[in-house]
Amino acid sequence: MNDARKAILDRLRLSQYPDSTPVKCDDQNDPVDPVLWPDERIDCFINRMRAVRTEVHDASHDSWLDILHGVCQARSLNNLLVSPHTRRGAMIYAAARRFPALKNYSQSIEDWKSELFTAVDAAVTSAYGGIAETGTVILWPDAREPRTLSLVPPIHIVLLEKNRIYNNLAEAMRIQNWAMIGMPSNVILLSGPSKSADIEQTMTYGVHGPKELIVILM
Amino acid sequence: MTTDFRSNVAQALKQDAVQTHFRTVVDRLRAHRQAALAGDAAFEQLRNRCAAIRADAIRRLPQLLEQFESKAQRNGIQVHWAETTLQANRIVLDIMQRHRATFLVKGKSMVSEEMGVNAFLQSHGIDCLETDLGEFIVQLAGEKPAHIIVPAIHKNRREIAHLMHGHFSELPYSEDIETLAQSARHFMRDKFHAASVGLTGVNFMVAETGTLCLVENEGNGRMCSTVPPVHIAVTGIEKVIARLDDLPPLLNLLTRSATGQPITAYVNMINSPRRPDDKDGPDEVHLILLDNGRSRIAGDPELLKTLHCIRCGACINHCPVYRQIGGHAYGTVIPGPIGAILEPQKQGLDAATGELPQASTLCGACAEVCPVRIPIPAIINRLRWESVRKNQQSQNSRPVVPGAGSRRRPLEAAIWKIWAWCCSHPGIYNRLTKLATRLRNRLPAGMGAWTVARKAPKPARSTLHESLRTMDIDHE
Repeated sequence: MNDARKAILDRLRLSQYPDSTPVKCDDQNDPVDPVLWPDERIDCFINRMRAVRTEVHDASHDSWLDILHGVCQARSLNNLLVSPHTRRGAMIYAAARRFPALKNYSQSIEDWKSELFTAVDAAVTSAYGGIAETGTVILWPDAREPRTLSLVPPIHIVLLEKNRIYNNLAEAMRIQNWAMIGMPSNVILLSGPSKSADIEQTMTYGVHGPKELIVILM
Repeated sequence: MTTDFRSNVAQALKQDAVQTHFRTVVDRLRAHRQAALAGDAAFEQLRNRCAAIRADAIRRLPQLLEQFESKAQRNGIQVHWAETTLQANRIVLDIMQRHRATFLVKGKSMVSEEMGVNAFLQSHGIDCLETDLGEFIVQLAGEKPAHIIVPAIHKNRREIAHLMHGHFSELPYSEDIETLAQSARHFMRDKFHAASVGLTGVNFMVAETGTLCLVENEGNGRMCSTVPPVHIAVTGIEKVIARLDDLPPLLNLLTRSATGQPITAYVNMINSPRRPDDKDGPDEVHLILLDNGRSRIAGDPELLKTLHCIRCGACINHCPVYRQIGGHAYGTVIPGPIGAILEPQKQGLDAATGELPQASTLCGACAEVCPVRIPIPAIINRLRWESVRKNQQSQNSRPVVPGAGSRRRPLEAAIWKIWAWCCSHPGIYNRLTKLATRLRNRLPAGMGAWTVARKAPKPARSTLHESLRTMDIDHE
């Protein structure tokens, strides 16, 4: 379709108005977004996430394993999909006897698609960051924690470090320098479990993605 | 004068229950938007910034499209260009056939509706499954979306329950919304699992990084773009933005304007197909850039503002005409005020949709709520003028809008010409208006379409000039 490409671009170039005043959209006159203190930021994050039916646990570096254990027990999970190759994943594997059967996403999706779709109770991923303004978790999928880990199993548990919670998306992008560092094939901003209001504008949860989202802060 | 549009409208106005339902849902969306903006002084500044971002992107459209294309290609995304919807459909079909795919799972996409890809693929023996809950309901009913954000806005839960039960008799009849949604989840999971191609739309393309951004709540967009081995994204060429930094303000404004949410459950930023190390994701990502009249619209400094639209649906929710007649009466892919200016420009003022600029009271609500400040009423006026304008006969002046002048009627034009002449000749004007006041009781009661639902206007006892003179005001 190179003809189409050329025709479209030619038509667009022809219609350009060189005399039109350039549009200014730099950030100088932008409203300054409220910058919150770290504690406020965490509170804001927690409140926003809870407002969209996300279970948030305010844990610490010492207590998160216990909290995770509690989360698994409360739901009588049979298994937990988690990578042994992340720092925290390794810690979960080290305490494996406290947890339901641990599964590792060690092969390509094609090799175990049916099992992934039908036989995984819950999955754990780490988070690349959090956003206070909207109550959002940033996921940065990679070979250890693939994209479907946070999508297919009915329960998704996220481990997030509090010092990685930013005021807003713009700040997260700027500080983490997304445009320059090279993003993974897919970056996901998660704000609550899957939901829909397509029937009579009434919110219902767990439509196609996870039915439950659980965030453990540390 | 009966046209398709007018008979659609007459039909829609008879359906009281549907009308009431439309209003309830639209009112709720408006209330949510209002609540999300209340007291937000920064909102106006945010609108300014987003309006500037969109204006800048459209002004630099060819450069940004080329920049985007080269970045996306470097990331491994295959970029296709289509001048027409038929070309776009053929590209989809070609990809499907190359992979011997028998069906397609589809996320919500207005551009795919514009293409009519479902019907096209069906005629080639390929089934399309709408996976967005609202689109799925509309597809089961064999209808078209009635709203760009809430496709099944016209259906209440009883109708949906009957529909689901009718198609899936193994499901027990239920009017419970959660049960209905879970039934759809259950049915769809197998399809996501089995599909070899998924198709989605795109909300924004970032030229700086070659990123496709897709917002959604249900997770079906992620499913369609992650699980099948091939992902096809379809979008209009106008969806490009320059920088990654432009994305946060636009996302913020889009979701709040649409439904009042601070953000959708998922913001999906697709950068590439599966990389060598990745364990999932599609092996191929195809992006189809559809023109279908957009590059022509970009050729007019006023009309190109139509392309700034980010498809939030706020104008639709605030339109008194949409509120009365609903989405289907427009007979277009995109209804409401934005549809009334976009569709005639695409299809021509001489097409059936050429009448849509008339479907406005020019109340201005659409422009007031538009997050990127598209002057919709001004463009409506412009298109009304374009449709009755006198076409230039010179050779190289192609009409900007196809079908320009097609609705010009010689008698109407002559009457306006005479009126304009009278208005610039005070003696004639005064005599004429005086005559009208003297004949005020003898004017006909029936004045065509105007008096079907209204009383005929009756001139005052005396003209304005006469009244002023009796008040001793005579200096004008």
